[in-house]
Amino acid sequence: MLSIARAHVDAMVAHARADHPDEACGVIVGPEGSDTPTRYVAMTNADRSPTFFRFDPAEQLKLYQAMDDQDEEIVVVYHSHTATEAYPSRTDISYAAEPQAHYVLVSTAESGAQEGPVSVRSYRIVDGAVTEEELRITE
Amino acid sequence: MAVEVRIPTILRTFTGGEKKVDGSGATLAQVIDDVDSRHPGLKARLVESDNLRRFVNVYVNDEDVRFSGGLEAPTADGDVVVVLPAVAGG
Repeated sequence: MLSIARAHVDAMVAHARADHPDEACGVIVGPEGSDTPTRYVAMTNADRSPTFFRFDPAEQLKLYQAMDDQDEEIVVVYHSHTATEAYPSRTDISYAAEPQAHYVLVSTAESGAQEGPVSVRSYRIVDGAVTEEELRITE
Repeated sequence: MAVEVRIPTILRTFTGGEKKVDGSGATLAQVIDDVDSRHPGLKARLVESDNLRRFVNVYVNDEDVRFSGGLEAPTADGDVVVVLPAVAGG
């Protein structure tokens, strides 16, 4: 199960809407071993694509250095799907390299960049196997 | 002195859990060969057909080597090499 603050969910959804129709991506990091997402960091999708995302490599290095300094790790990796449902694609599964992370998918397929229904779902992706998990929003 | 190579979590199975290992060489390719001689299998995860794999980011002293010669990027004692798997998907 992923327990996540409403403000973090709102931030992911706002980012996904803002970048629609391109995919948006980012992380929420937290203290090592805590499994608690505390610090939200939006990343630039270096590919600026409606079907692909990749963290900008320079931003990713800065993120990892900051996490190292503060004994943090990635708790949530999020990205958006802009034309399909909030379920990991084959590409998502093949590149998933953070077995401790919760993979959150935000779909703006229905809403586009406007207000409207957006789905947010969470998964574990370990050794190519996808397991959906409960996403519990805390106030 | 040596070149320090920082290993991401997902590749630490090759280094017995070590977060950083020492290597030596005048280029990134030589450093990777040297490290692979003690941690076999690591090179295959970083290099494919004499090029860096597309979904691995490698930095020498915070510089992305894609902009500084790739595998031929120069390295020297005291340099820090950081390896990060790209965070990517579709």
